[in-house]
Amino acid sequence: MHELSVSSAIVDTALKHAAGRPVTVVDLRLGKLRQVVPSSLTFYFEIVSRDTLCEGARLEVEFVDALMACRECGHEWDPEPKPEHGELVGGELLLPQFRCPQCETAGAEVLKGNELMVESIEVNEEAGVT
Amino acid sequence: MHRTKIKVAEDALDANTTIAHSNRDDFDREHVSVVNLMSAPGAGKTTLLERVLAERGETRVGVLEGDVQGSLDADRLSALHVPVVQLNTDGGFGGECHLDANMVRSALPDLNLSEIDLLVIENVGNLVCPAEFRVGEDAKAMVCSVTEGEDKPLKYPLMFRTCDVVVVNKIDLLPHLDFDLELLLHNIDRVNPEAQVMRTSARTGEGTEEFKDWLLGVGKALV
Repeated sequence: MHELSVSSAIVDTALKHAAGRPVTVVDLRLGKLRQVVPSSLTFYFEIVSRDTLCEGARLEVEFVDALMACRECGHEWDPEPKPEHGELVGGELLLPQFRCPQCETAGAEVLKGNELMVESIEVNEEAGVT
Repeated sequence: MHRTKIKVAEDALDANTTIAHSNRDDFDREHVSVVNLMSAPGAGKTTLLERVLAERGETRVGVLEGDVQGSLDADRLSALHVPVVQLNTDGGFGGECHLDANMVRSALPDLNLSEIDLLVIENVGNLVCPAEFRVGEDAKAMVCSVTEGEDKPLKYPLMFRTCDVVVVNKIDLLPHLDFDLELLLHNIDRVNPEAQVMRTSARTGEGTEEFKDWLLGVGKALV
């Protein structure tokens, strides 16, 4: 699905910053609120990077937990399904909580969890060249 | 040979966002409001548009129709005498499953922006990918039909969260279904408590006035 577009964009970003040097590692920060499947991403990354300076590079994914902040009372929380959110659906805890659990106001701010960031890359330098 | 770490700190979808901003600039310059309309395939986007655009009054509406293949939806909407541009995504890899900013930009030369007030982008039927790609819109709306299951918001939270409006469609079928509407509304509230939720039947017209008023209001707010 769109992991192909996303991994293509990651390779393009890495190549731009590599400036002609072979890439060995690409560090990606991926927020838990994004709908990108990590295994699909690494699968397509390997395909898209063939015949480029990213070929053989390792895609390292760092996951970021989501964090919301209520604009009304300032309470901060992780909206992903948690036991304290209470409700069970078909025997499994499935319900996220985007309304403030403290004051029930809607429209909270997303502080963390939307990241899809290429944080850094590692490249091979020729010995003796700075 | 030694290794160097280079700090990048760039959003992977930066390129798309940049093009979305260019689209936005073009829309703003011509005072065009833009709505990105999304849903699963078959939820009723086109039928809903047929109904509300038939009663658009003085608002000049244009449609950018996204489908993998064919012009069936565009043909239906052209019958309403609105300018319609069909975008087919089947150019590569068997068909792109969403519209991105670049695809939308490629269609802009075929639309006369100076002659429309509101552009409706009817996205490819898909609850996953379109939610990830901004195209330069003012507002996002999605259609969720009662034949799809009450757990849809829990399975596709990003789509439900990214939309300003959720239209619950096909309510004329409720008497024939074991569908728990209150449960769907509860699940929508869990993932997007800010969403404006409407209930419609594009087939009978019930509730479609509210969606029409919202849609045409996105246009008028900027004029």
